[in-house]
This record gives sequence, structure tokens and C-alpha cells, in this order.
Amino acid sequence: MVASSISVRTQKLNLWYGTFQALFDVDLEIKQGIITSLIGPSGCGKSTLLRCMNRINERLGYVRTEGRVDIDGQNIYAEEIELAQLRKQVGMVFQRPNPLPISIRDNVLFGTRIHTPKADKLSKEQEEEVLEGALREVLLWDNVKDRLDDTATRLSLEEQQKLCIARLLPLKPSVILMDEPCSALDPKATEAVEELIWQMRGTYTIVLVTHNMAQARRASDECVFMLMGKMIEHTETADLFVTPKDSRTADYIEGRYG
Amino acid sequence: MSTAPGPGLRPPEDRLDLAWITDKAVQVLMFIGGISAIIFILGIFAFIMREGLSFVFDRFDFLEFFASIRWAPTSNKNPTYGALALIVGTASVTGVAMLVAIPFSLGAAVYISEFASGKTRETLKVLVEMLAAIPSVVWGFIGLTIMNGLIIDLFDVPIGLNVLNAGIILGLMAAPIMTTIAEDALKAVPDRFREAAEAMGATKWQMIRQVIIPAARNGLVSAVLLGVGRGFGETMAVLMASGHAINIPDSVFDSVRALTATIAAELGETAVGSDHYGALFALGLFLFLVTFAINLTADLVVRGIRKQ
Repeated sequence: MVASSISVRTQKLNLWYGTFQALFDVDLEIKQGIITSLIGPSGCGKSTLLRCMNRINERLGYVRTEGRVDIDGQNIYAEEIELAQLRKQVGMVFQRPNPLPISIRDNVLFGTRIHTPKADKLSKEQEEEVLEGALREVLLWDNVKDRLDDTATRLSLEEQQKLCIARLLPLKPSVILMDEPCSALDPKATEAVEELIWQMRGTYTIVLVTHNMAQARRASDECVFMLMGKMIEHTETADLFVTPKDSRTADYIEGRYG
Repeated sequence: MSTAPGPGLRPPEDRLDLAWITDKAVQVLMFIGGISAIIFILGIFAFIMREGLSFVFDRFDFLEFFASIRWAPTSNKNPTYGALALIVGTASVTGVAMLVAIPFSLGAAVYISEFASGKTRETLKVLVEMLAAIPSVVWGFIGLTIMNGLIIDLFDVPIGLNVLNAGIILGLMAAPIMTTIAEDALKAVPDRFREAAEAMGATKWQMIRQVIIPAARNGLVSAVLLGVGRGFGETMAVLMASGHAINIPDSVFDSVRALTATIAAELGETAVGSDHYGALFALGLFLFLVTFAINLTADLVVRGIRKQ
């Protein structure tokens, strides 16, 4: 099993928002093909860390990053890295479902279309195949196959979030980053999306930021606990919740703060 | 023991205090302010109708008005009221103006909203708003002096006061307000759409073309329509820059006369209640209906976006 190979590795990762330092010397190794969750109280830097892994942090002009992040052995902060390529390889799902205000079909095909040179444009049949494949993989095909040309923003939140996952798949990403993907959903939708994430385990390396400790506990293989921009503990989920090594981790998971 | 009023309820006898009176008075004032716009519009419409309708009913020749180019209201023997040349004049100037204004204003709006940041953005926005505040007579003056000479030299034509001149001037005049409205429309596109597109690896241009512009489409269309409305209604600058000659233009180097300019130039010279006076009001009525229709369309288009 390839589970032992490392998919994402950060080394001495420091990050500043203006003059505020949000990450301190984060050294982290995320194994390939499993679900790793990042937990910790609000403002601990877990989202920031996640957003370093596809460099989406840089949308805010005042971010400065030091150190390195390797994904599949390649330093993504190296100069020769092309953001478009990086983001094709590392997909992201956001807290609030954000399908584009275009049709369901165009949402799923958006990535393929922008990453395919005009000369190699897919035929109608190929596009339909990609579309059906992606929607089937997220268990959405049967729900939406009759309304593929409807605006995606009219779907229910659960369907929207599944669509946001589906649109990453045609690009065959190796890593999928999820920033509290269920926090805008009701319990039933949360269950459905969690189930989906669990099914995708193995095919993709999934990094999941969550506020919800129960979710981290039931939906991840490994768990990283962060506090004040530092990585405190990284072990298998079962161990972290049963026998935390650090007293701060123990205090957090027992609800003494957070 | 008297029953105490419930929490938050005042005893009735306390109601007529100062705060209550102020509250009611302000409400009434706001209501009057709110409906005054409607009253004024209806009033203006009624006024134009009253002055123009008698002409429309008694003297109006539909065919002559819309199909004849002979606008000769001061002829002693046979006054005619053909408005076709004036309508074509206004339309041609507005057309050229939109060719100038649409690329400028949409380009500026996309730049301000999607590319510029911080100080650049604020400075540009203030500048655009300042441009919108330049009086139209100043624009007309620029057309009459600078542009006139420039067109004569550049294109080797006998006169520089023509469709091209008035169109460019009008385009530059309409661009700032169109930029402001278009930029509002682009800014109203939620940031999470940009974030989503960028996280998928879209380049800035792919994002703008495939996500932002389609999402802001209605607002952009209404910006253009309001620009067209502005072009139809503008008077002074067009009067000064168009040459003011009754003429169906063959090219952009021909002089034309606009509907608005005709009213402005002639109304002071007519006897109140005369046919000529009534004919000018009929022009005004026509202008009013056209601009009203354009603005209404623009408004409906914007409403369309909210329903989605």
C-alpha cells in the first residue's frame, strides 16, 4: 500500500498577514491517500495552513510566506511553479458552497475547459462522459441528470457542495483541500457529504479543516492539532482522541477551551 | 393595585410625548419626499402632453413627422414639420457615442473592479466621478474648438462639426456614468465566485470572461442602456459639436441636427400656442417617451438579475 508515501510536506512554514504572524515553523507530513483533519480553536491557523497548500492565500495582497511546502515532491513556492497547474493538481472545497452562477454542466466542465488548450478541445460526447463520470462519483447524477442546464446556484446546499467536489474531479487532482466543508449544511446533508468524503478516501489525499471534533473523530484517519499558529500534535485520529500526548491537546478535546 | 403594563408597553396616556410626535412627523415627511419623485414625473408628463397634444391632434401628420426630412416650421407659405432628419441626427450621434463609450467604460469598469487595488482604485473612482461632473457646455466648448480643428486637420474635411465630433464628445460624456454603473454591477458579484474560479486554476482573464461578466451581465446591459438614454437626451454639447444642420448624414463627417438641440434653439423664438411651439413639444414628447422606454428597460433588466 502506498499509504506510507508523503503527499504534502511543509518545512519551517511561517506566514504573516501584514505584521501579524499566523503560522510558526510548521513542519507537517501528510500521507498520501488518507484523510487528515486539521483541528484547533478559532484563529489557530488551521485554515491558513490549508490555504497555503494551493497558495489561494495569496489572493490577499498582504500575505508573506517563508519556508517550503512540497506537494508530491515539488516545492510549490518555487519560482517556476505555475499557479494554474498547481491548482489543477490541488483542488479546494470551501466552507460555503460556491458553485459558479452558471449551469450545472458548465460548472463541472469549467476546470476541464480552462485547462485544455483550444486545439485539444473535447468533443460533445467526451464532455458528456466527463460530466456523467464526475457527477456519478459524487452520487449526484441521478438527482440532476434531467436538469443539467439549470443554474447551479438553485440547487440545495448539499447538492451545491457535492457539485463543488464534482467539478474538481475531471482534473484528476492528487490532493483535495476541504475548508470546513459541512459547516453550512444541516445534519442530514453533513452526513451525506461526510459519507462521500469517506468514499473518496484512497483515490485522493484529503486534508480537512474542521471545527467539529466529532467530525474529525469519525471522518479522518489522522489528526493534526494546532494552537496559536503552531502545530502541537499529529497522530492517528484514534490515538489523539484517546491518549493525547500534549496536555494542551487534552484540554482542547475535553472542551476546556475552544 | 393598578395593572402594570407589560414589558415594553407604555401606558396609553404616555403615547403623545415628543418622541412619538417627532417619529410620526418624520414618517410623514419621508413619505412626501418619497412620492414627490412620482408626482414630479407625472407633472412633467402632463405638462408636455398639454402643450404638445393640441398640435398632435390638430396639425400632426404622422407620415410627415416620421418620414419627411423637411423641418421648416418658420416657412411663411408652407410650414412643414418633418422630424426624420432630427431623429436620424440624434440616433447617429448616439450610435457613434456608444461605439466610443462602451469599450472605454466597460474597460475602465473591469480595470477598476478587478485589477486595480488600494490607492489606484480609489483615485480612479474619484477621477471618474469628477469627469461625470463636468458641465455639458464645457464638453460642447471642447467639441467646438479643439475637436473641430483636430478633425479638419486629421481627416482633411471642410468642417469638423459633425456626427463624429458630437459622437466622440457625447461618448466621453456618457462614459463616466456608464463606468460607475458597470463597476457597481461587477462589484456586486460575490467574491466567493472569484475565489472558486481562482482555486480551479483560472487565469484572471478566464475568470473575468467566463464568470464575472456573465454574472454581472444584467447590470452591464443596463449601464449601456442608461448611456444610450443619456445620449438621446443630451442637448448643449450636441448642439455645439454637431454642426446643427438638418441633414441625413452619409458619413460621420456630415453635420446633423439633434432633436434636443432643435428644441433648445427654437423654443425661445416661437409664439406660445403656435403650431411651431406645439411641434417642438411634440418633439419633446417623442424624446420623453424614448428615454422613458430606455430607462424602464434598463430598470427591468436590473430587476431580472435579482430574481435569478
